This record gives sequence, structure tokens and C-alpha cells, in this order.
Amino acid sequence: MATAAEIEKQAEAREVRNRWFLSAPALIIILLAASGPLLIVLFYSFLTPGPYGDVVWKFSTEGWVSVFLERDIFDDTLSFASAHLTIFWRSLKLALMATVATLVFGFPTAYFIATRPERTRDIWLFLITIPFWTNLLIRTFAVLQVIRNEGLINTALINLGIIDQPIQMLYTDFAIMVGMVYVYLPLMVLPLYASMEKLDFRLVEAGYDLYATRWQVLKRIIFPLVRPGVVAGSILVFIPAIGAYVTPSVLGGGKNMMFANLIELQFGQGRNWPLGAALSITVMAIVMVALLVYVRNTSGSEVRHG
Amino acid sequence: MAKRFSIKQQTGFTTIAFACFFLLYLPIAVLVIYAFNESSSVSDWGGFSLRWFAAAWSNQQVVDASWRSLKIASSAAIIATIAATMAALATTRTRAYRGLTFKYAFINQPLMVPEIVTGVALLIFFAQIKISSGYTGLGYLIAAHTAFCIPFAYLPIRARLENMDLTLERAAADLYATPWKAFRRVTLPLLWPGIIAGLMLAFVISLDDVVITEFVKSGGQDTLPTYMLGQIRRGITPEVNAISTVFLLLSVVIVTLFFFMSRKRD
Repeated sequence: MATAAEIEKQAEAREVRNRWFLSAPALIIILLAASGPLLIVLFYSFLTPGPYGDVVWKFSTEGWVSVFLERDIFDDTLSFASAHLTIFWRSLKLALMATVATLVFGFPTAYFIATRPERTRDIWLFLITIPFWTNLLIRTFAVLQVIRNEGLINTALINLGIIDQPIQMLYTDFAIMVGMVYVYLPLMVLPLYASMEKLDFRLVEAGYDLYATRWQVLKRIIFPLVRPGVVAGSILVFIPAIGAYVTPSVLGGGKNMMFANLIELQFGQGRNWPLGAALSITVMAIVMVALLVYVRNTSGSEVRHG
Repeated sequence: MAKRFSIKQQTGFTTIAFACFFLLYLPIAVLVIYAFNESSSVSDWGGFSLRWFAAAWSNQQVVDASWRSLKIASSAAIIATIAATMAALATTRTRAYRGLTFKYAFINQPLMVPEIVTGVALLIFFAQIKISSGYTGLGYLIAAHTAFCIPFAYLPIRARLENMDLTLERAAADLYATPWKAFRRVTLPLLWPGIIAGLMLAFVISLDDVVITEFVKSGGQDTLPTYMLGQIRRGITPEVNAISTVFLLLSVVIVTLFFFMSRKRD
């Protein structure tokens, strides 16, 4: 005969089993149309490119070799693939610069919202949320129209007599950075706001009581307290920025490629799927490193699920 | 005049904040204004006109792409919301069990991977399936969209479940309601706002997607965003502004609904 403890144990096991059934559809969909295919990418990076795209089922490390190196077509010697390295460097540089710039602009903005009275705070928050949920392509397109040679900025500067030739801003690295700062700013402001909202201003007051200057209060009290928000915001901006596709294709033109454009090229005209796959894994590795930094920076502080 | 010392004030912060809000809306405003331009240029103002809206409306490609976008977004959002609701019920209000952390991580996984990588992965995977099954319909796009919509739908539903009062369900059980009845008559009505919020988020996210769609679509399966990307690359007419304006309006309406619904909850 089953004891009470056994019956309870069975009930618990049934409960856990039911919970797996309930979560099965979500897990299966994500496995089939998101996570699983990532493993196939890893697999493909070790195959041989086919003549018209796709792959030939033959093991090869050439895809990985050509991520960093290029083979001379005459004597087969290897040298650094400077074109690729330039693109990696541009992607990293622009993603980091965009992260810093969104922090510089986002920090005061989030602080401003967090220090508004309860009633108006929601309205400011709403104004940040709207761009966040509007189409990224449309927002990038909006930036394009402002910084074009015939756009608002150049027209205004010419009419004011400051310049007589339009400044070429579109199709430069600068344009990509401006575009990324513009589209990813809400991703920085929202987590910053979430941690500033909880800020205990009695600590700030104590700082002033002890003769701290405004700058000292900001640096020694506010900044350390909202650090989780700073880290979260930076990660949220850096990850999409390093893999950005729309912004560099619209604002960078054909010359100023980033990681994503290089990957796309391998699946299009490049017809080198293994190289494209290896490049994709490389981007993912960079993102994983960023996430690890994030986890290391937040563990220890009181961060919980939800 | 002596200004009262405010401890919340930081030098220059308000100015930067106002500049941010201004710069955030300036490009959007320019885009919307030029949608109403009479001339075919996006830099010279030729007077007010609705001709570009009419042009977009009678452009069969735009109409087709819009329908396709709506079809994909509504299918993906509905499937994702149902799957996310079930997953949320399975991962909240429980003691920790083996696999719970794994489930969290797995459901949120699409958020951690750059879109370009998911796009490439699906391109490779679906290319194989297309060859072996011969099916080239919208199913692939719907499946891809559903997968990346699930974490977005899951968020508000889980938040709602976690804040829910458990005593009501217990009361229902005490009054001999079967688990299904208690769920349908007590839990579900309480959960409803979270489900609607999740559905709207998923819908907007699907509607906005460019990158994954660009890689997964077969020939002639342009959605509105991928159609627009093609147009922008080719050179621009105010027609794209007109389409963007309508698109923006739709997003703003959905976000506003979402915002007021989540505010009422608190």
C-alpha cells in the first residue's frame, strides 16, 4: 500500500509532467524555428561551398579560415583578410560608440523622467515608448531624410549661410552611428528609468548634507545605485547594434558594411554559405561574451526573474 | 531671485532630456509632413496634397504586401499568444522544479540572438525543407514570426500571473469547481488583460520585422517592411513617406491601447 508520502510524491511528479505538457508548444516552436536551426548553422560552417550557393556535403575548415584569412589564388599562401578585418573593426567600433552615445543622452533623459511628479511621469514615459514600438525601418528612413544632402540639416545650414556645399553625411560611418543612436535610444532609456524609479532620494539628500557637490552626488551616489540599469541598457543596445542590418544597409550604402551586410553578401552574390555560417557564429560568440559580462556584473546584486 | 535648492536637480540634465525628446520626434515629423507633399520630391515643398496616399492605395504591390503582413502578423500573434499563455501557466506560481530555469532561458532565447543570425539559420533550415517538401507558402514566415513573438507575448502574461491573487482559485476549488472550471471561470478572466497585452505586443513585433522576413521569404512574398526596404534602396519618392505614415499611425494606435491597458492594471 502506498504511504501518504508516496502519494504526495506521485502528485508532485504528475504536476511537473503537466507543466511540461503545457509549455511544450512554446518550446517546440522555438526549437524548430529559432534555436534548433542555430545548430545547423554551426554544422554548415564546416562544409564546402556549392557552386551556386548552398553547400556540398564535404567537411572543410575553409569557411572558418576565410573569416580572418584569405588565400592567395596563385600561390595558396594565407594572409590576413584585411577587408573582413575592416568590417569587424567598424562593427565593433560603431556598436560601442552607439552604446556610449545612447548612455550619454539616455542617462539624463531617464533621470529627467524619473524625477517628474507621478502624474506627468507616465506621459514622458509614453513619449519614449512610442518610438520603441514603431517600425525600426521607418525610423531609419526618417533619419535618412533628415541627413541627406537635400535633407533638413543641409538645407537649413545652406539657408543660414553657414555652408555653401552640402555636407556629405549619408553613406558614411557617421550616418550609421547617428541612425543606431536614434533607433536604439529607447532601449537604453527604459531600463535606466526602471532602476532610477526605485532610487532612494534620501541617500542623495544625505550626500548634500555632507557637503557633496552635484557632480559628487551624481558620481558617488546616483551612478553606483543605478548601475544595474546602466549595464542592462548597454547590453540591450550593444546586442542589436553589433548585428545591425537595416541601419547600415539604409544609411551606410554599399561601401560601409557591417557584420550583418557581410553575412548577407555570402548568402547572396558571394555564394559562400560556409563562410556566411562561420561569420554568423562569430557574431553570436561576441554577443555571448557581452552577455557573460552582463551576468558577471549583475550577479551579487539583487536581480531576480521578473 | 534665489531659486530653491532641489536635491533632484542635476545641471544640464533637463536640457539634454528636452533635446532628446525633440530629436526623437523631429525626423518622424519631417517624414509625416513630406508624405503630404504635392511635388514628387522629398525636399521641396509643393503644397498640401493626398496624391501619394492615393498612389500607394492604387499600387497593387503595396496592397498585396500589406495584406500579407497583416495575415502573417495576425496568425503569428495568435499562435504565439496561445503558446505563451500555456507556457506562462506552466512556469509561474510554482515551487522551483527541475527544468524551470531552462524553460525561462529557452523561451527568452530568441531575444538573445542577433536577428541576422536567426535569419541566416532559418534560411538554411527552410531551404532544405523547401527542397524536400516542395511547399513554399507563407507557413515558413508564420513559423519564424511565431517563434520570435513568443518571448514578447510571454512577458506581460507572466507578469500578470505573478501578481495574481491565489486565494480566488483556492476558493473556487473549495466550492468544488473542477480544475478546468476554476481556470475558465476564475483564472482566465483575471488573466485576460495580460493575454490581450501579449497579443498586441506580438502583433506589433511581427508587423515590424524586416531582417528575419528578408531571409526567410520566397520570391513574391514581400511583406510591407521588406517591400519598403527595397524601395528605399532604389531611391525615394513621397509614396514611401505616405506608406510609413499610415504604418506609424497603426503602431501608435496599438501602443496607445497597450499603454492605457497596462496602466489601468496598476
